[in-house]
Amino acid sequence: MDIPTPANAAPANATTAAVSLLPNRERREKLRRIRGIRDAVSKYGVASAGIGVIFALALIFIYLFYETIPLLKPVGMEIAGTLAVPGDEEPAPTVHLTLDRFEEIGGRFSASGAITFFSTADGRILSRTAVSMPATASVTAFGRSESRKSLFVYGFSDGSLLPLQVEYRQTFMDGVRTITPVLGFPLGEEPIRVSGGIDGNYSALTIVDGRGGYVIAGGTDAGEITMARFSTRRNMFTREMEITRSDYNLPAIPRPVRQLVVNESLRNLFAVDDQGMLYNFDIVDGSQARLIETVELVPDGVSVTASEFLVGSRSLIVGGSDGSVAQWFLVRDEETGKPHLTRIRGFRPHQAPVTFIEPEYNRKGFLSGDESGEIALHYATSSVTLKRLQVGDEPVSRIAISPINSLALVKREAVDELDLIRIDNPHPQTSWSGLWGQVWYEGRSQPEFIWQSSSADDAFESKFSLVPLSVGTLKAALFAMLLAAPLAIMGAIYTAYFMSPRMRRIVKPSIELMEALPTVILGFLAGIWLAPFIENNLPIVFVGLPLIPVGVLLAGFIWSRLPSSVRNRVAPGWEGALLIPVVILLGWMTVALSPWIEIAFFDGSMRQWLTSVGIPYDQRNALIVGLAMGFAVIPTIFSIAEDAVFNVPRHLTQGSLALGATPWQTVTGVVLLTASPGIFSAVMIGFGRAVGETMIVLMASGNSPIVNFSIFEGMRTLAANIAVELPETAVGSTHFRVLFVSALVLLIFTFVLNTAAEVVRQRLRKRYASL
Amino acid sequence: MNKWWKSGAPWIWLHGGAVSISIIMVFGLLLLILVRGFGHFWPHPVLQTEYQVPATGERMEVIGELRRSETLTGQSMRDAGIPIPVDQVLVTRHLIKLGNRDIAGRDFMYFIDDFMGDWQYPRNVAVLERREWGDFFGKPIRLLEGDQQLTLGGDELWPEFQRRLARSNQMFDEIRRIERVEIGNINFRLERVRLNQRRAELRESLTPELEAEFKAQRQVLQAEYSELQQRLNQLREESRRDAIVMQVAGGDEVTVRLDQIVKAWQPNAMSIPAKVVFYAQDFAGFIFGFPREANTEGGIFPAIFGTVVMVLVMSVMVTPFGVLAAIYLREYAKQGNLLKTIRISVYNLAGVPSIVFGVFGLGFFVYLVGGAIDQAAFPEALPAPTFGTPGLFWASLTLALLTLPVVIVSTEEGLARIPSTIREGSLALGATKAETLWKVVVPLATPAMMTGLILAIARAAGEVAPLMLVGVVKLAPTLPIDGNFPFLHLERKIMHLGFHIYDVGFQSPHAEAAEQLVYATALILVLLIVVLNLTAITIRNRLREKYRAESD
Repeated sequence: MDIPTPANAAPANATTAAVSLLPNRERREKLRRIRGIRDAVSKYGVASAGIGVIFALALIFIYLFYETIPLLKPVGMEIAGTLAVPGDEEPAPTVHLTLDRFEEIGGRFSASGAITFFSTADGRILSRTAVSMPATASVTAFGRSESRKSLFVYGFSDGSLLPLQVEYRQTFMDGVRTITPVLGFPLGEEPIRVSGGIDGNYSALTIVDGRGGYVIAGGTDAGEITMARFSTRRNMFTREMEITRSDYNLPAIPRPVRQLVVNESLRNLFAVDDQGMLYNFDIVDGSQARLIETVELVPDGVSVTASEFLVGSRSLIVGGSDGSVAQWFLVRDEETGKPHLTRIRGFRPHQAPVTFIEPEYNRKGFLSGDESGEIALHYATSSVTLKRLQVGDEPVSRIAISPINSLALVKREAVDELDLIRIDNPHPQTSWSGLWGQVWYEGRSQPEFIWQSSSADDAFESKFSLVPLSVGTLKAALFAMLLAAPLAIMGAIYTAYFMSPRMRRIVKPSIELMEALPTVILGFLAGIWLAPFIENNLPIVFVGLPLIPVGVLLAGFIWSRLPSSVRNRVAPGWEGALLIPVVILLGWMTVALSPWIEIAFFDGSMRQWLTSVGIPYDQRNALIVGLAMGFAVIPTIFSIAEDAVFNVPRHLTQGSLALGATPWQTVTGVVLLTASPGIFSAVMIGFGRAVGETMIVLMASGNSPIVNFSIFEGMRTLAANIAVELPETAVGSTHFRVLFVSALVLLIFTFVLNTAAEVVRQRLRKRYASL
Repeated sequence: MNKWWKSGAPWIWLHGGAVSISIIMVFGLLLLILVRGFGHFWPHPVLQTEYQVPATGERMEVIGELRRSETLTGQSMRDAGIPIPVDQVLVTRHLIKLGNRDIAGRDFMYFIDDFMGDWQYPRNVAVLERREWGDFFGKPIRLLEGDQQLTLGGDELWPEFQRRLARSNQMFDEIRRIERVEIGNINFRLERVRLNQRRAELRESLTPELEAEFKAQRQVLQAEYSELQQRLNQLREESRRDAIVMQVAGGDEVTVRLDQIVKAWQPNAMSIPAKVVFYAQDFAGFIFGFPREANTEGGIFPAIFGTVVMVLVMSVMVTPFGVLAAIYLREYAKQGNLLKTIRISVYNLAGVPSIVFGVFGLGFFVYLVGGAIDQAAFPEALPAPTFGTPGLFWASLTLALLTLPVVIVSTEEGLARIPSTIREGSLALGATKAETLWKVVVPLATPAMMTGLILAIARAAGEVAPLMLVGVVKLAPTLPIDGNFPFLHLERKIMHLGFHIYDVGFQSPHAEAAEQLVYATALILVLLIVVLNLTAITIRNRLREKYRAESD
């Protein structure tokens, strides 16, 4: 084909335009335009895709932050409205307030014995019941159980009592939910008398629905305390509930009884007198009830004005006339083994005497109100006072909080209004000190770091300390690095500097191939094969550690003594290959020696020996994790460190050798010095990988969140914890968000580590280039 | 000695030793997996011996497979309460698989060598692989057809048994096919009718005619279903016809119905070629079979299939985006400090723990995006989530995000390697930037993209931690691809080889019995990944050679 060259094409065009191969002007323009459009499309298309991808990756950071931010949100508490106090023909003081789960219905118990249920939206009265009370009597005392049990007891002026229960029944009609409050009388609709001994007014009353039955207890101004225990049991034949009742009189206390509480386990009864002295009675056996200890709850001159159990009835919150609010619970004395009521923590005090304490239904928070009309929201586990709010100037007399903790009713004295308080407090538990500091949890003898997130019931105090997990993560990573770093760095130096190129071509890819090996396989082998093997042959670790290096040195020495005819058969740079049979032999020796070592030094079983000297041993422990995870990070460190050493400019090493330095002197004096930043970055990247590794730890560590660095015990890491717990937690809960925090911690930690390593590496590359 | 020490040679030897240890660990591990994994399918001989129970002195007959032997110190066994003479220092014990889990209660037991009699390998001992309760060891005595005993000579018993077993297995396959394919299909269509009706209800377009039509459709399907059910019952009845009476260790006779047996063999009577054939069949059965008994027996086909489908879906997503992002970073974006930061960040994402991606996938993709999709597109299925629950698509998407940096790094490297002369030549000829890019540069960088993709696939195939959160389950009832429209079901949950290893190895009730199977699964996974990586390495090396030659 005849292709016109530029030199003769133009004149040919001019004369014979009809046969020109170029498209005409119009089409050229069009083509140019199309090409321009294509260019632009490509430019903007690629740019938008590229930026989109970068954004998608950035979204990981953004989203993790977004999920954790609600934890930091300040608590909101504000007055949302007021209702006229509903339902009394003849005004009688309010003795108690309550709210339902959907915050639609409020209940008011009044001193006239009437119970009024009303709508919280507009104060409309929904229903009204008067309890049956003795003819001439009036209500003089009122007692309650934990909020979630909804049990109450009225005390009448003639000394009789009436326990009752509120239940909110749900019905669905045509997809519309209707809630009806129903009064129940678990011990009968007629007032009962306890013990018969007390005739007259109770000054304090309480009722508990505990293990195996109800307990009602009352105290008087004279210091007498009586108690009745109702054991409920289902008859095996008639399927009817049988109630057996037994009444007891407790030893009297010298002062008037002001508050009475009984814990759910029905083991202790706490009576508080008018001077702030608490009397702790053991009531396990009611007829043998005895005073165990007396505790001064508040300083002299101050009295206790309110006291209430938190949900689960382990922690007692005590409010004093000096405005102090403190948490107490029974702590087992480590020496005597006996529990003592101990002050655990105080909260920010009120400015006026505390008048009422209202615990939350399903977690360890509570509201307190004082005489100056202020209410405050506290959370026990994180020992914070979250929010305070001035409701009015009159003393707060009653508070009710809803079962979902987002609405409260406040009644002030001498005011015919109820204040509706809207509370926004989804995550009270996660303060900085709660996540990272030692916390004194209920039932523990001292402040501790504990991770225990799952709960069997509402009363469980969840323990979200990230310290055990972080310590576990570092522990696993450190033990892994202990194995991996020396092996990988030494191997890298040898491979890059001493090894013959032919062997290097085999060794490097095969070690790098291991990087791609799924860690689930390593974890499986570590858990199923290595852990029992090491447990049965524990001495190998301690024999192998010195034996193998010494053996290798010995082999090297013997090799140097061999006649040169033998030595010359193997080129230098093949020591690694020569050593393979030696190491295998040494390894076999270590395993074979193991039982004999056990017999000689450890009475036949090192495992048993460890236990007998008091070192706890888990089959899946840090040693196993260290070995398996060390194995997983060797290739990472090896590969990067080898590159760094290999790329040390040749003229440096050759110069050193030419000046008479031995190869080893060259390595320590020149190569290592130059390549050390690269090796450092390799170690950092390896560490980052060990920190985030999930499957190996999950399968080989036993996953117990403990805080120690014992090599024979397991650990739980942040990553493994996420894998175990995230699928089972409720979306949006505190636990869910705390898991996101741990993911964020992992992300930021490894990201910073990797970035630092990358920056170091880039600097190094520049330095090599300039050398 | 002193001179040798001063020369620094000991250090060199020590460093060499580090390499040797690493190499031994690498190949030792591969060897361990290979031996244990491949060993799983070999018909091991069955031994018979007498054992005197150390604690009571009773004698018992033992029939079983030797699993492994180990040597322990006499002291540790004495501590465990076994009367070993005080002067005996070492004790050997054997872990023997006894099978017969339903009869003996435990199918694995340790036996102390010193209390065992001679080991014999009787030729007539048979192993039955059962559908439930694990393997069965015993000696065949007679065959039953219904209640009738078949009169057969000693040599005819086993062949006749195998013939009848083949018949019952054929029936079982038919039953399985009907259950899985045909009834599964009907269920799928029934569900679809229900959803259609619900959708019409939600849109308030449900007319009585439509309702009648749905009802008719349902009736047709119900009729089909009952027909199939009848056929199933008939097949089940027929397959229950035969049984074999076996004598177990200790002399008791046990009747095993043939429809309970997957396969049977007499390992001690098999020749080497027969064993090889058996081995091949067993291996194929493992790869193409479905799991049984909480995954501890049978095959791993759904896991292989799930892994492959997930990885493919991931590749479809990660390739274009990874390549485009790399082209953008290398060719279009303004090179400066900002870009440098972005590039380092993207590279570093490769080092971020995979579980973090899993957390992101679960929170963002599944709950947020999936929940929104359900509200918008599948309101009729609510409250049962369609996309608002972990599934194939989210697993693939999460892995795509996880492997994006791998593809970007690799592609960028490929683009950077292309000599600038080529690029400039194209531009000098008047080509636009896009033309240069798409017609010259990108085709030359294709192998690098391939490498990136293969590395991404290898990484994705071995990743388990994020998948536990976003869509992989212990046992998926259906495969993600089947004959029902739209054929690829992105919302379904899948099984995965890596998770299978974790689950069977650590969560299963018969961990000991399943151990071998896990080794075999691990082997398959390792092979898959090694092959993928070797391919990637080969391509990369070729590529380097090629461009080194061209740029010189």
